[in-house]
Amino acid sequence: MAVKQLSIFVENKEGKLVTITDSIAKAGIDIRAMSVADTQDFGIFRLIVTDPEKAKEALESSGCFVSITKVVGVSIPDEPGSLAKVVNILARHNINIEYMYAFITVSKKHASVVLRVADNEGAEKILTENGVTLMEEKDIVAL
Amino acid sequence: MENRYFQKEQETMPVEEIKKLQNEKLVKQVKYVYDNVKYYRDLMDKKGVKPEDIRSTDDLHKLPFLKKDDLREAYPYGLLATDLKNCVRIQSTSGTTGKRVVAFYTQNDVDMWEECCARAIVAAGGTSEDVCQVCYGYGLFTGGSGLHGGSHKVGSLTLPMSSGNTDRQIQFMMDLNSTILCCTPSYAAYIGETLKEKGYKPEDNKLKAGIFGAEPWTEEMRRDIQKSLGIKAYDIYGLTEISGPGVAFECCEQNGMHINEDHFIAEIIDPNTGEVLPEGTKGELVFTSLDKEAFPLLRYRTRDICILTRGKCSCGRTFIKMAKPMGRSDDMMIIKGVNVFPSQIEAVLLNNGYAPNYQIILDRVNNSDTFDINVEMGEEDFSDTPKDITAKEKKLQDAMKAMLGINPKLHLVAPKSIPRSEGKAVRVIDHRKRYGITI
Repeated sequence: MAVKQLSIFVENKEGKLVTITDSIAKAGIDIRAMSVADTQDFGIFRLIVTDPEKAKEALESSGCFVSITKVVGVSIPDEPGSLAKVVNILARHNINIEYMYAFITVSKKHASVVLRVADNEGAEKILTENGVTLMEEKDIVAL
Repeated sequence: MENRYFQKEQETMPVEEIKKLQNEKLVKQVKYVYDNVKYYRDLMDKKGVKPEDIRSTDDLHKLPFLKKDDLREAYPYGLLATDLKNCVRIQSTSGTTGKRVVAFYTQNDVDMWEECCARAIVAAGGTSEDVCQVCYGYGLFTGGSGLHGGSHKVGSLTLPMSSGNTDRQIQFMMDLNSTILCCTPSYAAYIGETLKEKGYKPEDNKLKAGIFGAEPWTEEMRRDIQKSLGIKAYDIYGLTEISGPGVAFECCEQNGMHINEDHFIAEIIDPNTGEVLPEGTKGELVFTSLDKEAFPLLRYRTRDICILTRGKCSCGRTFIKMAKPMGRSDDMMIIKGVNVFPSQIEAVLLNNGYAPNYQIILDRVNNSDTFDINVEMGEEDFSDTPKDITAKEKKLQDAMKAMLGINPKLHLVAPKSIPRSEGKAVRVIDHRKRYGITI
């Protein structure tokens, strides 16, 4: 069920980000969600795209260091308290969130969020049991 | 403690007798090489030296040097001095700096080499009562088979573990009561750490001594290993070209390695001029074999920088001592006043599971050296969270500090991101040169 995220290693050097965005653009791939984690020396650029395999190939051929990480995608009503509900469910079950970020595209009714946890399957099972809607690869293309 | 020897007569021979023995053996060895090794005969002829010109060790300086390049050029049979049917073994160098070099051994050569290793084991306190765990790599590398053979000669119970599989090493060490550990110092340190992680205290194992070599290590590492394993840690030196480990070994004083002078002559030379330097001077170590049959080398330049000293040793051995080599002559850097060798950095990388793809960047900021090391990570080192990567950087940086004595700033970088020339990474970028600082 999990959603595929591209994790790209970016050295803090001029032009590195350009290489990444250009090669994704040239491959005709849409970016659906993104976040950057950085340190003084490097950053990790995380992307949810319409075709992760193809994007990985394009990035690697332009010399990027990239891996695919499985993450949990949830679709929640765009209203106060809905993110709190998801976070509370995970907290109650002692599931630690490494990081999370939201999708760029939001419909009028729903917001989509990426969650990175240690145990994807466990988290997905608990979220489903508690009535949270999970996202699949096809949902990302359809957004 | 009573001093014990594997071959007391040789190991405690008066210095004058060592000289006499060396003179006799040298004359024979030079003639043997001249008659049987065309490659070296050509070098001697070119220099105008005849075997008759070498009458004692005082004439040694007349002989031409052999370098690693000669061994590569003569690969594989060019320096072989006897018929292959008389040889029983081939060993090889690691080949990290270029084409591998192979060395040949007759049975007498193997026996001599193993006896040298046996001397090292006995000097570390080994007897037939001991269980000797050999976790140097077995195979073409001389570490495993050398100590293995030495342990047999001593009559110790030999545990031929080879390298790697630390859990199994520890299980056998505990279950079979190993008393002597033979491996690289960094692996010994790693075993010590792993024992601690598993909840063992230093006194829980039966080890009493360790014989560690094949890579440069520091006195700090010795202290750490002795503490974590509850042992005495002894250094051993050797090189495949000359025989293997056991060319020199440490005794109870733990302050330098006795060179087996009944088999090898050691000289210290100026690496730039080739001039022989007096005892106690720092320079390049040169070895001449005295009784080898298959692969005798005269005046082989090791590129190792060290100091030789002869003095009375409380262990009773009369052989000259060599200090721990400070590294290779051709690539030493001075950083913040400390001598640093790429070989030390490579050793740390290899022992922490990294490929030796790295770059050292030196610069000068506010009149002080900066020291950065970029290391390419492997696919499996990459993680989508920066803290995992910075934790790995920190661990590797700490290992570097322990080896080098100074703290580099360590950066993990993407695979294949370090520029290569002719397939090999450019190792050192020294920006200090633009300030006119020569190293």
